[in-house]
Amino acid sequence: MPGPPPLPFAALPVFWLIGSQLVVAALVLAAGRRRPRSAVIVSAGALAAAFGWLAAQVGTITSGGVVVEHLTWVPHLGVSLDLRLDGLALIMGMVVTGAGALITLYSGAYFKWGPPTARFVGYLTAFAASMLGIVVSDNLYGLFVFWELTTITSYLLIGFEDEKGSARAAALQALLVTGVGGLAMLGGLVLLAQQAGTSSLAALLADPPGGTVTTVALLLVLAGAFTKSAQVPFHFWLPGAMAAPTPASAYLHSATMVKAGVFLLARISPAFHTIPFWTPLVVGIGLTTMILGAWRALRQHDLKLLLAYGTVSQLGLLTALFGMGTPAAVYAGVAMLLAHALFKAPLFLVVGAIDKQTHCRDIRLLDGLARRMPGALAVALAAGLSMAGVLPLFGFVAKEAAFEALLARSPWLLALVAASSALTVAYTARALWGAFGRKPVSAQADLVGAKAGGTPLFLLLPAALPAALGLAFGLLPGLAAPLLEATVGTAGAGALKLWPGLKPALGVSAATLLAGLLLFARRDAVERLQRAGHRRLLAKWAPTGEGIYRRALAGLNRSADRVTAVVQSGSLPVYLGIILLTVILLPGSALVLGTALPRVDFGGHWAQFLTGGVVAAAALAILRVRRRMAAVVLLGAVGYGMAGLFIVYGAPDLALTQLLIETLGIVIFALVLFRLPPYFREARWRLGRALRLGVSAAVGLFVTGAALAVGTASRPPPVSAYFNENALSAGGGRNVVNVILTDFRALDTLGEITVVATAAIGIAGLVTGAVRSRRKRQEP
Amino acid sequence: MNPFLAVVVGVLYAVGTYLVLQRLLTRVIIGLGLIAHGANLLLLLSGGDPGEPPLADAAGVVSGASDPLPQAMVLTAIVITFAVTAFLLALAYRDWHDTRSDEVEDDLEDRRIAALAAREGRR
Repeated sequence: MPGPPPLPFAALPVFWLIGSQLVVAALVLAAGRRRPRSAVIVSAGALAAAFGWLAAQVGTITSGGVVVEHLTWVPHLGVSLDLRLDGLALIMGMVVTGAGALITLYSGAYFKWGPPTARFVGYLTAFAASMLGIVVSDNLYGLFVFWELTTITSYLLIGFEDEKGSARAAALQALLVTGVGGLAMLGGLVLLAQQAGTSSLAALLADPPGGTVTTVALLLVLAGAFTKSAQVPFHFWLPGAMAAPTPASAYLHSATMVKAGVFLLARISPAFHTIPFWTPLVVGIGLTTMILGAWRALRQHDLKLLLAYGTVSQLGLLTALFGMGTPAAVYAGVAMLLAHALFKAPLFLVVGAIDKQTHCRDIRLLDGLARRMPGALAVALAAGLSMAGVLPLFGFVAKEAAFEALLARSPWLLALVAASSALTVAYTARALWGAFGRKPVSAQADLVGAKAGGTPLFLLLPAALPAALGLAFGLLPGLAAPLLEATVGTAGAGALKLWPGLKPALGVSAATLLAGLLLFARRDAVERLQRAGHRRLLAKWAPTGEGIYRRALAGLNRSADRVTAVVQSGSLPVYLGIILLTVILLPGSALVLGTALPRVDFGGHWAQFLTGGVVAAAALAILRVRRRMAAVVLLGAVGYGMAGLFIVYGAPDLALTQLLIETLGIVIFALVLFRLPPYFREARWRLGRALRLGVSAAVGLFVTGAALAVGTASRPPPVSAYFNENALSAGGGRNVVNVILTDFRALDTLGEITVVATAAIGIAGLVTGAVRSRRKRQEP
Repeated sequence: MNPFLAVVVGVLYAVGTYLVLQRLLTRVIIGLGLIAHGANLLLLLSGGDPGEPPLADAAGVVSGASDPLPQAMVLTAIVITFAVTAFLLALAYRDWHDTRSDEVEDDLEDRRIAALAAREGRR
């Protein structure tokens, strides 16, 4: 696709939006170790600047504009860095940079400005760059590259505490699950690009292809989106990823990276949701994940795990909304996505602060923190009520929009989402009560929290800002509405209202709130029911994704071990035999199946038969002789016979060279064999004689067939015509072969001389080393 | 294409392979030499039927000649084969000098890895 004329790098703001973060990440990782404060300030500053630039684009984007940039990368493959900033990219980019700046500040305090700070912040900034890349990529391959970069940075962050085996295992699990999904997605993207004839995402969506291949491609892309956004049955890696330090969990595993999958759905779903399988599959998976995540969140005692299962549930809802693909659903989905970032990140940050102050995240043990950490309580309340969807927070507004969109589709969908909302209310209450409430004193519980200090400013402020924003957007939905409208492109697709009026959706909201509170009030009974259900049904009958992952990984390792045990015998003949058998089986079968019978022509000069016969006879005789020197003489006979063939074939240069080299070769052979015993000793055979004979005969047959096929195959006009015509005029010589060697293909000759020189150096080393060691042996 | 010479190529490869699959280093070297001859002949045959030597006349015209490109390649190959053979012979000499044997022993390190893997695989 001929793009606009290339611009100077300075005039590419979106490119620099990503590039600057990468530069900062490299700088911080290289030089930040001793200056953690500077590292945090530089990283947070760069992210804040990026946020500022994005905020400055709001006017352009909401009035319908897009910022587009093209940078050609690999033109032959259609790979280029096509960047496109539209409404969806803008809102996601602002989440990435805004949350990034705040969480970077938080990380400084979280690590107490110690040595790990810079490494952590560096990874975080590198991740921010990759995530921005996903958000603004308009090229399918560029999108994939950034997608995998987030997988890698996520791996580094989950395994940040690399001295812990559990953290390393969790990091590997996340890497493998999302990596396998990413590979599937790459296959899907390649197919899509082939089908559409373009690798531009915008062009693809403007004119979506159809047909079976497209269906397969979309299924593969969905595999990538589902693994990344932790949908059933791939959801298990996300709770595992809670091994990461809490700031990373807040940033990657709730606010941004896990949204990449649903972000991609939001991008492509409007173009593909009319394909029959799309809505049932995507909405089905999304709703299952939503219910399952919320149900399991209700069972957790670790605050981070509770929040993580909550994230799984919310991601399921987002998947379902985006999977419907209608403007109203996408509109509600983006609102939910924004709301989730605004409430989930602060909740994680508060949990991180609690963890820092009490070294505990277990809701059975935390006690009395409401009085000790009032600031954290206020933030958690604002964020938690938004999560539960309580008036007047943004979570409520977004949920109402989602209810409206679902109700328009089918009351059954609404019923499911309402059920999950009730569970959400219940687990939110459980988390808030668990973190801050008073616990009944019991014998075995060792309560903590009574002596916790207050919350440091840098642990509180980054959590308070988004929570406050959730309140502001809730009270004044008009603030967020224009941006959301820009993401769907059509005005009036949906509406954000603080007070929706007495409509069915509001009734559903009230009902879910009541049901959720009831679930919380009877939490002991619920817990018993859950435990019994898990023991009786799930643990026995349902194959979990995690179980399959474990078994697959163990099986892979075991089969690799078995293959190694068989293949790695240490015997050179066995290794060579395997290589040769592969040659016989693969190209050999292609030769047998794919070649027409060669045209046989028994004509030829009598000298061909004579010399050829001598060569073959001498070669075969080598098999029979037991004397080393006799074998060498026969090898010489083969060589001289070759020289005869060269003469017959009109190649005097070759004949001359062959004669000289063969003579020299025999001399060297004689020099070495002079030291060795005269007869070959029969060695113990590992590979049976019959087997060796069979392999050798098969190789001989294969090569004969190949030689015949080469002679029969139709050939393009040989390049030699050019050499013949230009040997004298361009090369200044009449012997064409010589001119080729010294002029047309002189680089080949240079390579040849290099090989000879290298061999000479090696020989000198081997021989002089032997002499030296002999002297040493004689000395004492 | 002369099928007889194709068979000669096959014989060179077959005998060479048979020798290479053994453990005596000198035999392996002779086998490699035979395979190299076979490869050279294969290259030469791929150039088509025999012809006059590719030499230009005073006007720079070449006529009735065999294909010069395979010849140039074979020439390069002959020299490289010689270098490699000489190196292998030096290796055989050194091996004999140090161990009084020119047998290619099994790689013990490889065997240890295989045994380890077999244990892991059974577990």
